[in-house]
Amino acid sequence: MHRVAITGIGIVSCLGNSVEEVGNALRRGASGIVFDPERERLGFRSPLTGRIRDFDPRRFVSRKQCKTMPDFAVQAYAATTDAIRMAGLSPEEIQSEGTGLVFGCDSSCVAAIEQVALLSEFKETKMIGSGHVFRSMTSCITMNLNALLKTRGACWTISSACSSGGHAIGQAADLIALGRQERVLCGGAQEINWQSMCSFDALSAFSVHLRNPAEASRPFDALRDGLVPSGGAAALVLERYDKARERGADVLGEIRGYAFSSDGNHISVPGEEGLRSAMRKAIDSADLVPGDIDYICAHATSTPAGDAVESRSISAVFGPRTPWVSSLKSMTGHELWMSGASQVVYSTIMARNGFIAPNINFSEPDEDSARLNIAASTVRRAPEHVLCNSAGFGGTNACLVLSYER
Amino acid sequence: MTDREIIDLIDRSIAGEFEIDPEKMTPEKTLFQDLELDSLDIVDLVIVLEKAFRFKIREEEAIRNIRTLGDIHSFVVRKKNELEKPA
Repeated sequence: MHRVAITGIGIVSCLGNSVEEVGNALRRGASGIVFDPERERLGFRSPLTGRIRDFDPRRFVSRKQCKTMPDFAVQAYAATTDAIRMAGLSPEEIQSEGTGLVFGCDSSCVAAIEQVALLSEFKETKMIGSGHVFRSMTSCITMNLNALLKTRGACWTISSACSSGGHAIGQAADLIALGRQERVLCGGAQEINWQSMCSFDALSAFSVHLRNPAEASRPFDALRDGLVPSGGAAALVLERYDKARERGADVLGEIRGYAFSSDGNHISVPGEEGLRSAMRKAIDSADLVPGDIDYICAHATSTPAGDAVESRSISAVFGPRTPWVSSLKSMTGHELWMSGASQVVYSTIMARNGFIAPNINFSEPDEDSARLNIAASTVRRAPEHVLCNSAGFGGTNACLVLSYER
Repeated sequence: MTDREIIDLIDRSIAGEFEIDPEKMTPEKTLFQDLELDSLDIVDLVIVLEKAFRFKIREEEAIRNIRTLGDIHSFVVRKKNELEKPA
């Protein structure tokens, strides 16, 4: 099995549109959550959302390319090209059979709505135009990136609800570990529009802490009342470690372990056993023991039930002395399909810049989170071995272990 | 509408839709090779022309034979004149 290096990262999120901007926001403990008056007008129970600022798709792709790409696919392209630039890979290296694409994504809602509206208006399919068939597919990210970047290896999208991004990184790493790809451009992306969120809002799972949007997402806090939806795109360049070293690349970190499990239980209520098992297996696969992990980048989304399950699972694996724990969703909201991948990008930013980002809005623990060592403010120390948790509807869990040289 | 006005509107609409340099919009240019359109662009080309001239283009033989920008000019001018002919 080959070791897997991280050599490039890119991010477009509600915390900023570059690694530098996002790094500053993470260190400050800034929030990207806003009140969206349109959602209130439309009858949403919660009008809160993450918001991406000043991202103009036309800076990155042509009018023709925009036709086949929803905004989150363009964001994925922007993040991926940033990651490639950081990795210092040449077009020849990218445009080879050794380079693959694996992204996590589980919807493309607006294109589906628009195509039906166009048919209703014009009464003939011809008027839908050429782009919607591509925009409306869940695999729109990898199909478009493949055409734009000319990669010739793996090209597919993983859909597993809110663990899509985590599984995408894990399976991309597996392709390299098994020697089937030399490098994989991977990540996750999430649409941020109200259309894709209205049915989720119907479940009363979103926070209605409206007085101060920045305080609405409060994972692990006793007063948490639900998640805040968010999105954007996170991308990484993963490479065979020996090849990356050989070409003199700056190795930012390693995907050291990956494991998965599923609960086999309820469609929306997470079980404890599944996540616990995935955490243990991921640490095992990294040839580490729980005591080696010094930071857990938690999945916790700020829902009462989900956070409690993760707290108890962490306690079961780590015992009474847990590593530092923070859920970055306190700042970003829940980036859903993207979140498992953005956690890896955020952790890599922290390792490079020598800090652990805080779990903001954590003012009072509940019975379960009281047992965790939650970083309520920025920790001025780089993480060395990180466990990233992600979990999705249907009880699908993805855990990754990342290692960074001090 | 004069034939010149029709041709100008065709060129403006196509150049705008497909981000083509207006200087390149000369009648002898082939759509696929010279103007670098592809089969997906032809789907949108039909919509652009229908919206600009407010007529419907069926899958007529004439459109299947279109190769150059000049062929589009002739097709639209003929179609426009037919439609404007007094019954």
